[in-house]
Amino acid sequence: MSKRIGMEIALATAEAVALCRPDVIAAYPITPNTHIPEHLSDIVAEGRLDAEFICVESEHSAMSACAGASGTGARAFTATSSQGLLYMYEVLGIVSSMRLPVVMAIGNRAISGPINIWNDHSDIMTMRDLGWLSLFAANGQEAVDMMIQSFKIAEDAAVQLPINVNLDGFQLTHMVEALFLPDEKEVDRFLPRRKPYAALHPDHPVTMGALGMPDIFTEATKARDQALVDSRTVILKVWKEWEKQFGRRYEPIEAYKTKGADVVMLTMGSMGETAEIAVDELRRDGVPVGLLKLKLWRPFPFEEMKKAVRGVKTLIVTDRCCSLGGPGGPLAAEVRSALYAEAARPAIENALIGLGGRDVTVDDFKQMFRQAGKSKGIYEFYGVRG
Amino acid sequence: MMSTAKPISIVENFEIYAPKLVDKEEFFCSGHRACQGCGEALAIRLMCKALGKDTVIANATGCMEVIATPYPATAWTLPWIHVAFPCAAAVGAGVEAGLKVLRRKGVNPDRYIKTVTIGGDGGTVDIGLQALSGAMERGHDMLYVCFDNEAYMNTGIQRSSATPFGASTTTAPAGKASIGNKTWKKNVPEIMVAHNIPYVATASPSYPIDFMNKVKKARAIQGPTYIHCLSVCPTGWRAKSEECIKLGRLAVETGVFPLYEVENGVYRLTVETPDPLRPVTDYIKAQGRFRHLTPDEIRTIQRRVNLEYRKLMNKVEHSLSWTE
Repeated sequence: MSKRIGMEIALATAEAVALCRPDVIAAYPITPNTHIPEHLSDIVAEGRLDAEFICVESEHSAMSACAGASGTGARAFTATSSQGLLYMYEVLGIVSSMRLPVVMAIGNRAISGPINIWNDHSDIMTMRDLGWLSLFAANGQEAVDMMIQSFKIAEDAAVQLPINVNLDGFQLTHMVEALFLPDEKEVDRFLPRRKPYAALHPDHPVTMGALGMPDIFTEATKARDQALVDSRTVILKVWKEWEKQFGRRYEPIEAYKTKGADVVMLTMGSMGETAEIAVDELRRDGVPVGLLKLKLWRPFPFEEMKKAVRGVKTLIVTDRCCSLGGPGGPLAAEVRSALYAEAARPAIENALIGLGGRDVTVDDFKQMFRQAGKSKGIYEFYGVRG
Repeated sequence: MMSTAKPISIVENFEIYAPKLVDKEEFFCSGHRACQGCGEALAIRLMCKALGKDTVIANATGCMEVIATPYPATAWTLPWIHVAFPCAAAVGAGVEAGLKVLRRKGVNPDRYIKTVTIGGDGGTVDIGLQALSGAMERGHDMLYVCFDNEAYMNTGIQRSSATPFGASTTTAPAGKASIGNKTWKKNVPEIMVAHNIPYVATASPSYPIDFMNKVKKARAIQGPTYIHCLSVCPTGWRAKSEECIKLGRLAVETGVFPLYEVENGVYRLTVETPDPLRPVTDYIKAQGRFRHLTPDEIRTIQRRVNLEYRKLMNKVEHSLSWTE
């Protein structure tokens, strides 16, 4: 039976990972994800989880050790943030190319510089094109649920790709929340032992990570892209199973009070929770606004996006990252691309918010809704001074 | 220069015993694309024979990954994984952890499989040093073999920290204002000894039985072990392909690269060196990378080789085991 407990979300995330019985955990400390591996090492030390915990000397080695472990057929997990993600960057695309279903929690944090340990999404956005599936949690419950779902999705015979679950640093990782933690039996029923399609063992030798020359590289890239596109079906199937077993519903884009809304806002991660309150308050005042919360970042849900904004006049896309010298925020760029060929599409405004841990309050979201239609340029740094 | 333990003379016995001792099975097969006279490809073939079937190999990016695994071909009949340049030791660590836990949990058969990580000098002593240090310090049950050809040969003979003093490379070229590489070769076997691991050795495919014995010894130790194998690269050393084995022997006979092992802190010379050592010119003159050196510069190298050799022999005579 699931148990409702009050727990710091990072610790609950670690508990969720432990329920999935990972074989190998390799992690290196970096704020704000660190409580996740710390707590996992506690669980291993207490004898509650039979796993190899490798205290690697860097994130590059964390991801490399996960690759090696996953290559043997083991279930491998790591967690990181910001500079740590950048430090392991080289290995990320290799892991997806080798179709190793490594699972990673990312306690999202701004990328330096200036150095800043607080939350935004500039870290995850750097790896959006590297062949990883990518989920965004809006609260602790979603972080716990997605952690467990991610192993099942990544290891599915039709997917075999790495996956990351994004939790906003501090705003989620360090928050105590009341949440349901499934028990071992429930998770065992939901998540079977990994069945790798190939594993490093002398009984069935295999060459992993071979050299791909120009005659094969395009085909290899297409195959990987197709695997990501096709993983959508598996994600939806796993979410249906989850709903059936645990009663909590997941979809690529969650709509909140969008019915009859002229202005709709799109968020990713924890800001959706605050934006909901703003929507509630504006609706009470008779302002027809709504909210979309994106939970699936990769593969990007193009069809769901088109459907979600039908009839909307203005779509405010919030981004917690700036594509410097580019089109504003990476989420807005994706949404514009998704809607470009649509005959009827909303006006799209792009607000860059919450960078490097800047608070975005309910009043701020209300202000953004009220300003809809007045945006100058294709993107705006909301609330910027000077 | 006397050692406490009597070194074994390999060369005399080699022709009598070698064919009987060496496994017939090939784990690193012919047909790969290594250059003629590649010391590294030869060394890997011998290493695999000494390791046997129950082995998993993690390979750093470098010549060996390029020449042996152009998809869909592979020269490897052992399970083999390559991830990237700097992280072979970390990949090996993950493989070791995975194999250990899967055996413990009954997912894999209850049989010991050895994890062996290999890399060139660049992937070991430069960009891979951190991952190597981490893996050795954490005590993974893993043999790491560095195949040192003294420069970044795969990318075209650029200088590494394993490049010897005075060698001309494409990023440390000899010229009117330069001797070529200005630094002395980094002593990575010593850095490995400083990690307090149970076994460190130097080796060379020019002494195949010595090398294979060391690989076998390291394989039998359940813990972190390190072998530094000098792998002659005729292409990068500007030498004749057919002189690969000879150059490896000259490196030993001149004292440039003595063959020794360090077991639990105890140093032992495993292949005897002539007394006195052959002059370094014998080694240097056969290689185009040293062609520009003046007699004075060669004398500087000779002095340094003498010093390093003395330092090593002091250790051979005075080192104590930390297990006693």
